[in-house]
Amino acid sequence: MSKVKEQCACKKETEEEKLTRIAEVIDEYKMKEGSLIQILHMAQGIYGYLPLELQCFIADKTGIPLSQVSGVVTFYSFFSTKPKGENTIRVCLGTACYVRGGKKIIERLKELLEIDVGDTTSDGKFTLEVMRCIGACGLAPAITINDKVYKQVNPDKLQAILKEYY
Amino acid sequence: MVYLTINNKKIAAEEGMTILEAAKHNNIHIPNFCYLEGVHQAGACRICVVEVEGAKTLQASCMTQVQEGMVVHTNTERVKKARKVLFELLLSDHPQNCLSCSRNQSCEFQKLGELIQIDEFRFQGEKSKTAVDNSSPSITRDLSKCILCRRCVTVCNQIQGVGILNTQRRGFRTVIGPAENLPLNSVNCVFCGQCTTVCPVGALQEKDSLQEVWKAIHNKNTRVIVQTAPAVRAALGEEFGYEPGTLVTGKMVSALRDIGFDHVFDTNFAADLTIIEEGNEFLTRVRDAFNGKGAVLPLITSCSPGWIKYIEHVFPDEIGHLSTCKSPHMMMGALVKSYYAEKIGVDPKDMFVVSVMPCTAKKFEITRPEMRNGGYPNVDAVLTTRELARMIKDAGIDFTELEDSGFDNPLGLSTGAGDIFAATGGVMEAAIRTVYEVVTGREMPFEKLHIKPLVGLSQIKTADILIENPVDEYRFLDGVTLKVAVTSGLKGAKILMEQVQRGESPYHFIEIMGCPGGCISGGGQPRPVNDLIRQKRLEAIYAEDEGKEIRKSHENPFIIRLYEEYLEKPLGHKSHELLHTHYTKRGMSIEKIG
Repeated sequence: MSKVKEQCACKKETEEEKLTRIAEVIDEYKMKEGSLIQILHMAQGIYGYLPLELQCFIADKTGIPLSQVSGVVTFYSFFSTKPKGENTIRVCLGTACYVRGGKKIIERLKELLEIDVGDTTSDGKFTLEVMRCIGACGLAPAITINDKVYKQVNPDKLQAILKEYY
Repeated sequence: MVYLTINNKKIAAEEGMTILEAAKHNNIHIPNFCYLEGVHQAGACRICVVEVEGAKTLQASCMTQVQEGMVVHTNTERVKKARKVLFELLLSDHPQNCLSCSRNQSCEFQKLGELIQIDEFRFQGEKSKTAVDNSSPSITRDLSKCILCRRCVTVCNQIQGVGILNTQRRGFRTVIGPAENLPLNSVNCVFCGQCTTVCPVGALQEKDSLQEVWKAIHNKNTRVIVQTAPAVRAALGEEFGYEPGTLVTGKMVSALRDIGFDHVFDTNFAADLTIIEEGNEFLTRVRDAFNGKGAVLPLITSCSPGWIKYIEHVFPDEIGHLSTCKSPHMMMGALVKSYYAEKIGVDPKDMFVVSVMPCTAKKFEITRPEMRNGGYPNVDAVLTTRELARMIKDAGIDFTELEDSGFDNPLGLSTGAGDIFAATGGVMEAAIRTVYEVVTGREMPFEKLHIKPLVGLSQIKTADILIENPVDEYRFLDGVTLKVAVTSGLKGAKILMEQVQRGESPYHFIEIMGCPGGCISGGGQPRPVNDLIRQKRLEAIYAEDEGKEIRKSHENPFIIRLYEEYLEKPLGHKSHELLHTHYTKRGMSIEKIG
C-alpha cells in the first residue's frame, strides 16, 4: 500500500506508463479467484481514480464483465470514479464517531473547503469523503488525511490540521 | 432420505433438498418470489421465510436445506406477519399503475399479492428508481418496476455468461443494470432477451413493435406481409391456455389473416433456402480445404442474431468462421421485396414485412445497416411470440375457436428440415440431410432421418458422420469422417469458440443458437420456461417435421422453382446480393464498431 502511494506521487509518469503498470498488476492477480477488489485498489493507487475507461481496461484484461467491475466500484465508498485532489480527507461516520460529533466535523470542513462531500476543491488540494468506521472507535471522532489518522478531532482543530498540507 | 415435519405433517425428502422444494413435493405451498426453479436461488427477497424450531431467526426456505428431525412451520403468526411486511416493503417501491403495464394479469408480483392479501398501504415514501432505458431496439428496461430479485443477473451471468447486468451502487440507490447504468445499446448486450423471460414484473421486456405494425395494417396503401418463425407455432398456444408442446400452426395462420395481414408466409421456407445456400457454402469450404486452397473451418451457423452479436463482441477475430448466410427471416424479407414484389407487381416501397419471431435479438438484427437491399430494409418490424399473442387478444380474436388454415404460396411451403430449425441441433440435422445426399447420392442412414446424438437439451452435442462411396464429384471425401458439434446458450458457445480460437477445434461444422434449447426457448417466447417445457416444445417441433411429406430442403418444389425462375444457382450473383451478409468487429465490453 505505502509503496503504491509513493509511486502515485510521481507526477511525471505518463498515462501509458500508468496503464502498463496496471496491466502488470492484473497479470499478477488475474488467475486468482476473488482478486478484483485487490486489482481495483492497486489501480486506484496508480491512477488516482477509476474512470469508466479504466474499468473497461480492467474488465477486458481480466475477463470479468464490466458490469461486475463497475458493480464493485460503485458499492465500496473507498473507490472513486471521479479524479481526486492531492489529499483525500475521510471523515469517519461510524457509530462511535457519529455519536461523538462526526457530523459537526463534516459541516465545518464543508465550510472551510467550500465543497460538498464527494467533491474536490477548485485548487485540487483536497477531496472530502465520508467513511463508515475506520476501526479507530477508541479515538472517536476520527478523520484520516491520506494515510494519516487524526484522533479526537474537534471542529476547532480543523484549520490547524489543514494548514499542514499547504 | 431425510424425515422432517412441516406444519405437523411428517414428510420424507431427499438429502440436499431445500425446505421449499420438500414442501412443494408434498403439496405444501410456501409463498415465494425471487426463487426460480433451476435458475435462481439467492434468498434475495425473503418472502419464502418459515419458522424452523430451534432457530433464532426466520429462515429463507429457498436456501435452507432439510435436516433430519427438522420441525418447520410455514404459517405461524410470526411468519405471516414477516411475509406481509416484506411484501408491503417491496410494494412501497413499486409503481401502482398495473392497468397500464403490459404484464398486467401475467405479473408474478400481482400473483403474490393475491396470496398475501393486504388491505392497506402502510409504507409510503420516496421511490428509489424512475429511469426507463429505451435505447436498444430489442429490450426495454423500466427500472421503476424492478424489485431487485436478481433473476436477470443470474441468467445473464451464470446461464448465458454474457454478464452485462449486475447490481450497481448500494442500499436504497441500488439498481440492476450495465456498468455505471449505461444504456443497453452502448454495451455488449447481445439482446438474447433471456432476462425478459425470467423477469417477474414489467421491468425487462421486449421493445414494443405493436404500434408500428398496427399502423401499417391500418394503412390501406401498404401491402403488409407477415412471416412466422418455426418456433412460434410450438409455443404460441401457451398464451391461450394450451399445454406446452401443443402445435397451433393452423390457428396461428388463421389469426394472422383475421388480424389483417395481406400475405402470410412461412420463415420455414427460407430455412429450407438457408440449407441450400449454407450447405453449398459448407461443401465449397470443405472442397477448398481438402484441395489445399485453404478455407476457414469449422463453418459456424449464422441464424441466431444473439449469437452473432456475441461473437462480434467476444471473439471478433473469429468472425471468418461464420456462414455468410443471412438468417432465414432476413432472406425471406429480401425475397419478398424483390422476387415476390416483381411477381405481384407491387413497388417494394409500398410493402411492409413483419416477422413473428421467438426472439428479441431479431428486433436488433433488422436495424443492422447491411440488412437492406435496393434502399429498403429487408424486414420492417419484428414481433415476439408474446407480442403476437397480445395482438390476437387486442384484435378480439377467439383463438381457441379458430379453424386451421395454411400459409400462402410460393413462400409458404416448407419441408420438415425447415421445421426443426426451431430446436437446438435442428439446423445441423437439416443441413446434413441435404449435404449427405449431395455428397453420396443416398439418403442419410439414420432412423427417421434424425441424428440422435444431436437431438435434445444437452449443452454440447457432437456427431461423427462417415462418408463412404461418394459420388464422383466428392471422391476426395471417401472415408472421411465429418465431425460436427452443436451447442445452445452462449456459455456453450464460449467453450466451443475458445477451442476454435486456440486452433484446436476438431470440427468441420458447428451449429450455435444463442438461447439454451434453441429458438423454442428464445427470449421472445411465452413465460415461464423450464427444461420440461423446452422438452415438450422440442417434441412438438420434431412431430411437425415427421408429419411432413417432404423432409429435405433440396426437395422443396418451390425452392427448386425459385432457383429456376430467379436466383439461378446457389451462391450465385443474386444470392450473394440478397441472401448473404457480412459481420462487424465490436468492442469486448462497450459497443465499439470497427
